[in-house]
Amino acid sequence: MSKIMPLISANCGKISPASVEDYVRAGGFSGLQKALKMPPTQIINEVKKAKLRGRGGAGYPAGSKWQQLYEIKHFPKYIVCNADEGEPGTFKDKLLLEKDPLRVIEGMTIAGYVFNAHDGYIYIRGEYAALQDDFQAAIDSAVRAGYLGDKILGTDYSYHLHIMTGAGAYVCGENSAMLNSIEGKVGRPRVKPPHLAEVGLFQQPTLVNNVESFANIPTIMQIGGEKYLSYGTVDSGGTKLICLSGNVANPGVYEVPFGLTLRDLIYDEELGGGPSGQKKIKFFHLGGQSGPCGFLSQLDTPYCYQALRDKGLSVGSGAIVVMDESVCVIDYLKAVTEFFIHESCGKCTPCREGNKQIYALLDKFAQGTASKEDYALLQRLSTLLAKASFCGLGQAAATALSTCLKNLQAEFDAHIEGRCPAGVCFTKQESGEQ
Amino acid sequence: MSGELKKEQVLAIIKNKGNAKEKLLSILLAIQEASGWNYVDKEWAKLVATELEIPLTKVYDVLTFYAMFSTEPRGKYVIEICKSAPCHVAKADSAVQMFTEELGIKMGETTANNLFTLQYTSCFGACDLAPVVKIGEKVYGHLTREKVAEIIKTYREGSRCLK
Repeated sequence: MSKIMPLISANCGKISPASVEDYVRAGGFSGLQKALKMPPTQIINEVKKAKLRGRGGAGYPAGSKWQQLYEIKHFPKYIVCNADEGEPGTFKDKLLLEKDPLRVIEGMTIAGYVFNAHDGYIYIRGEYAALQDDFQAAIDSAVRAGYLGDKILGTDYSYHLHIMTGAGAYVCGENSAMLNSIEGKVGRPRVKPPHLAEVGLFQQPTLVNNVESFANIPTIMQIGGEKYLSYGTVDSGGTKLICLSGNVANPGVYEVPFGLTLRDLIYDEELGGGPSGQKKIKFFHLGGQSGPCGFLSQLDTPYCYQALRDKGLSVGSGAIVVMDESVCVIDYLKAVTEFFIHESCGKCTPCREGNKQIYALLDKFAQGTASKEDYALLQRLSTLLAKASFCGLGQAAATALSTCLKNLQAEFDAHIEGRCPAGVCFTKQESGEQ
Repeated sequence: MSGELKKEQVLAIIKNKGNAKEKLLSILLAIQEASGWNYVDKEWAKLVATELEIPLTKVYDVLTFYAMFSTEPRGKYVIEICKSAPCHVAKADSAVQMFTEELGIKMGETTANNLFTLQYTSCFGACDLAPVVKIGEKVYGHLTREKVAEIIKTYREGSRCLK
């Protein structure tokens, strides 16, 4: 049996993306048709039964989020789709936006109907400028066909979608920072509470979900929450789009049911296909730069929210970056930390300064001048960032570091002794600017 | 340099996008693209501030916060090399070396003829093609020395045709 389960990616590459006709022929908008005849609370119940968890990275139960917003009796409410897919190694939202935009539009419209919202915003990162025009074309064709805009499908419900653009800031993937960015401001995160359900976009109650989360809504409407749940595991409903990259034979986006093991995802011929070269796999990085690294001893862990969590791992955005033995963990972590130095918004000290200190310490390991104390200092710093940073960016910036400190201690020790097992450090010329 | 783009053109961009405050990012991106030199001149930033009725400092706050903006002129083509972890593992370093050698400039610099600027970018979601670069909205992956030479040649010839 195939390990790939195309529940929400079935149309990708098979239909003309902006064609309502193609989309409807493939079963599109039947979820919306069904939803418009249902009371909002029943729709929320289906989402709850589906155990759909936020696909952006945090994995918050979508049903609970919807319930919380529903209970707030203050209008107008806004729907926002987070299409600021900035986690390195993640490119699954891009696939949906590019190949099946109408599915995202349908999901956002169903959400709009639930909350009686009349305006929805999709925040597409600046780096994806190339697909903003095509997404607008999909919006326009949905409006022309009566699935969006004024009096949708002859009902009294009207809903309009607006595309907003980012301009290059990883922190805008954080929902409150993103809302600031949509308002035309710098994308620094907000103090919470109040939560976005109470005070969100333009100070109004707001629902924010990820592209993939919204793309799941039409399917949940079509097949029902229970059936959707049955594709995954008891705690993680449905499927997940995973993004394989790094030293893996078959990089790309794959839709898999929750519950396959990490070994399946990385080694199965139909999926990752194992290492890309002759070298064995050493470790892998889950869920983006802010996620934990996983190791060979954890390969038999099922890929779902709870089982990964029990092992200190996480689904995150769905990114799986695979590293073979040619990669030095110190060198890799330096690249990760450099990323966070660049992306830190500078608002809080632990994140702004901590990442720089981590980089300096890692560099000592790379230069062969590190000591046991530096190892302990790295441990302390990684805890400090996790506990004292203002927002999710800083809190997660040292997650990869702390998992590697724990599981690849021997490689840190080797560097203290002046050896780099991968043969990367001590010989390498630093390539230009930081 | 601000002479390259006329005031009327900037006003037309603002009119086209609408002068609401939340349009600031998309207006500035459009100005940058229309500038020909991939930057937002101070004069235009002032004009945007006036038209949107926001302080110039707010406009600069945005211009300096988001990585895609430049307040200084850049090359006609900005070559953006990804060095995020997936590309790093796929030897982005050697891609950097290929471009710097081919163009004879360092990262962050612009060629003497103002045709190319080399800079780093954050991940733009083409990790399955790593190592990758982006020039404008075009993405080039699986870079080899031959491919890099070919890309540069294409843009050099393209710009000659324009003249």
